[in-house]
Amino acid sequence: MDLLVAVALQVMTGIATLFLISLGLAVIFGMMGVINLAHGEFLMLGGYAAILSVRHGINLWVAMFLIAPLAVGLFGLIVERLMIRRLYGQMVETMLATWGLSLALIGIVTMVFGNTVGGFSAPLGSVQVGKFQFSAYSLFLIGAAGLLAVLVWIVLRRTPYGLLARGTMQNAEMAAALGVATERVYAVTFALGAALTGLAGGLLAPLSGVVPTMGTAYIAKAFITVITGGAAMLVGTLSASVLLGAAGVLGTFLTTPVLGEAALLALAIVLVRLLPRGITGRFFQRAL
Amino acid sequence: MSVLLSARGVAMHFGGVAAVDGVDFSVAEGELRGLIGPNGAGKSTFFKCLTGQLRPTAGSILFRDRNITGMQRFAIARMGIGIKTQVPSLFDGLTVRESVMIALRRFLAEREARRRAQAILERFGLDGLAETEVGRLAHGQRQWVELAMVIAPEPALILLDEPTAGMSAEETRRTAALIRELNARHTLIVVEHDMAFIRAIAHTVTVLHQGRVLVEDEVAKVLADPRVQNVYLGRQVQPA
Amino acid sequence: MSRKLFLEIAIALFLALAAALVLPRVLALFALINATVFIAMAVLALSLGLIWGVGGILSFGQTAFFGLGGYAYAVAAINFNDSLYAVPIALLVPTLAAAALGYFMFYGRISDVYVGAITLTVSLILFNFANSTAGEEWRIGEAPLGGFNGIPSTPQLNVPGNPDATLSPQAIFIVAVFALALCYILAKLLLAGRFGRVVVAIRENETRAELLGYDARRYKLGIFSLGGAIAGLAGILFANSVFVSPTMFSLFYSGQLIIWVMVGGRGTLLGPILGAFLVQAVTTWAGTEPRLNPNAILGILLMLAVMGMPRGLLPTLRLAWGRRRGVQLA
Repeated sequence: MDLLVAVALQVMTGIATLFLISLGLAVIFGMMGVINLAHGEFLMLGGYAAILSVRHGINLWVAMFLIAPLAVGLFGLIVERLMIRRLYGQMVETMLATWGLSLALIGIVTMVFGNTVGGFSAPLGSVQVGKFQFSAYSLFLIGAAGLLAVLVWIVLRRTPYGLLARGTMQNAEMAAALGVATERVYAVTFALGAALTGLAGGLLAPLSGVVPTMGTAYIAKAFITVITGGAAMLVGTLSASVLLGAAGVLGTFLTTPVLGEAALLALAIVLVRLLPRGITGRFFQRAL
Repeated sequence: MSVLLSARGVAMHFGGVAAVDGVDFSVAEGELRGLIGPNGAGKSTFFKCLTGQLRPTAGSILFRDRNITGMQRFAIARMGIGIKTQVPSLFDGLTVRESVMIALRRFLAEREARRRAQAILERFGLDGLAETEVGRLAHGQRQWVELAMVIAPEPALILLDEPTAGMSAEETRRTAALIRELNARHTLIVVEHDMAFIRAIAHTVTVLHQGRVLVEDEVAKVLADPRVQNVYLGRQVQPA
Repeated sequence: MSRKLFLEIAIALFLALAAALVLPRVLALFALINATVFIAMAVLALSLGLIWGVGGILSFGQTAFFGLGGYAYAVAAINFNDSLYAVPIALLVPTLAAAALGYFMFYGRISDVYVGAITLTVSLILFNFANSTAGEEWRIGEAPLGGFNGIPSTPQLNVPGNPDATLSPQAIFIVAVFALALCYILAKLLLAGRFGRVVVAIRENETRAELLGYDARRYKLGIFSLGGAIAGLAGILFANSVFVSPTMFSLFYSGQLIIWVMVGGRGTLLGPILGAFLVQAVTTWAGTEPRLNPNAILGILLMLAVMGMPRGLLPTLRLAWGRRRGVQLA
């Protein structure tokens, strides 16, 4: 019984982590059709923003929840203006340019901060499940992922921005003809996605540590989760996170971490083959 | 005359919308059939079902007594159905000659394909443009290149989706002459909005309306039919 | 064969011959081995140039076949103790892997972004897997896979049938030069023939090609498998100038590869080769500057290429040259 609870918690943590690292990418892909391959480095920047703030004596929660998303959101705004906007509608070119940005960021951050691991220990201590120790911070991550999902849903469904953004996503020309400043909608959307990514980077920093190359460990998983999820960003990413995250954790539990990750990736490949337009291309078509 | 192509109850639904809603349609060998109807009547969608670009949600299509419903589009093309699409679908990065060669090389060796390509280019008055990239051509010339590619493999059935769209009066006349000439060896189905053009080329006309066959008869009778006039005039599109 | 094609092949052979005769005499050993690595990478760039530039299939994981070729070579050479058998095996393994993956993708009619995602995923799986093979239990026959250390004892090519006569670095350089020339010539001939023309037509307009009766899936599978084979050859050459290790599968290389092709020029065969030489020269130089990071240079280069010169170096130069002479480009 204890084992079951412990495994269930592991699985949920895996799902929450996958969801957190994918959400920002999914928002940008779902709303703009842009694949941001510098997404991993946006996570990395979020991590650095949090860590540097903590080192300068700023409260840890403020650093994670406020400074990381704000800093990366702002950076996203700049990237959108200088790069994304010029390549809009050219999907492959955008992927290549953001890959260039990704490499450049890795290089520049290495030049500035060096190649060593930075980090701060996870707050909140641990909880006991029978004879198993469990980090309370992991539980907190599960809650944070759930909260973010609800938050994004509210922003898209219940705010004026959400309405404009969804309208632009459905039919940009029509939205523009109706007087929507679609350029501004895209800019805000990209910044929002970047901010979500920065937040995720901040939240994960205590668990993963922070190095310039950490993004490369995340980008592929995030990219694959989003692609597997399909067009409906929230439901798609959530359902893909659940399937892939569970496969990854259970695979790890039954074999080794490496084979667990292989199981996750292999399942993604099978899903993409069976559902060429992603999970939400077939199911939950009307979802967000 | 034997039946070349017959469709039974062909339907194509997109979500809840029925673009084609149970069409019964057949064409005899050697026929030149006009297919008309107001915008959104389902003509292009029906063509896409015939060529395998879309898999119909219901119904069946027989071509030369073989069931081709849901077959891959390249397999249908090989059986002898060619289509000229509404917006010319071309190889922009290839030259005019290379494009025609691609159409021929599927079943011909290099030397024979070269000879035939040259003949086709001359027939279409394209030999002067043979080495020009297709992407650099003017709109009317693009129409001719697509026709040349479609006709090159000599398909038994040729589908033409608005062949005169964007053409000058002179080009339209040439197209009408060409279609009549093609009809000597091929069966054709022609979608057109230009009623004068239809009157000039076709003997029998099928009218589609809201995804169904409204009337099918000789061209003069169809154009005089009050139901047809109602469909067109009621929507105030392209009076006959 | 047209005169232009004949001339291009003759020039390629002449350049290869010149490089094979001159460079081993003038370059120091270290520089010569480096040059062999450059050439291996140029072969790899050619493989991506073929499937992406010519075939329009963007593979984010072409290094999967590069690494498979290298590993298959090392494992087979250790086990058979003769590279005569290792080379064909090392060509076959990545070709079959590419064919299997290509069948899966193209017969599933998966769209471009999804092809990118899947190829990336596969190279990632291989990277993770190769990294996790440390320890005695991970060996194929006599060959330990070595985890993140790779196989430092990767054998060199030997004179066929005589395992004791391993080739000198000079000889391996010459082999690499001719391998590159051969791949280039083969690709040129392929493009001039029916298969190549149809692949280009499918890149230009897949729907039209199919409406003319071509099964696009088969042609894409064909060019993708060929790309796998050439990437495998690059892996063999790399294994002979360095040694095989999991980095061969890494994102770092697949990224660089895309940059070489992008900078050199898509749609040409010479472009990717030139791009590979040029960009490697730049990154090697950056590596010797302690305050510069090669990643930063590469990234900035890629951004500049995409934003400022999307056609790539060679086509842009050709365009400028053609304009100067007032000639219409065919």
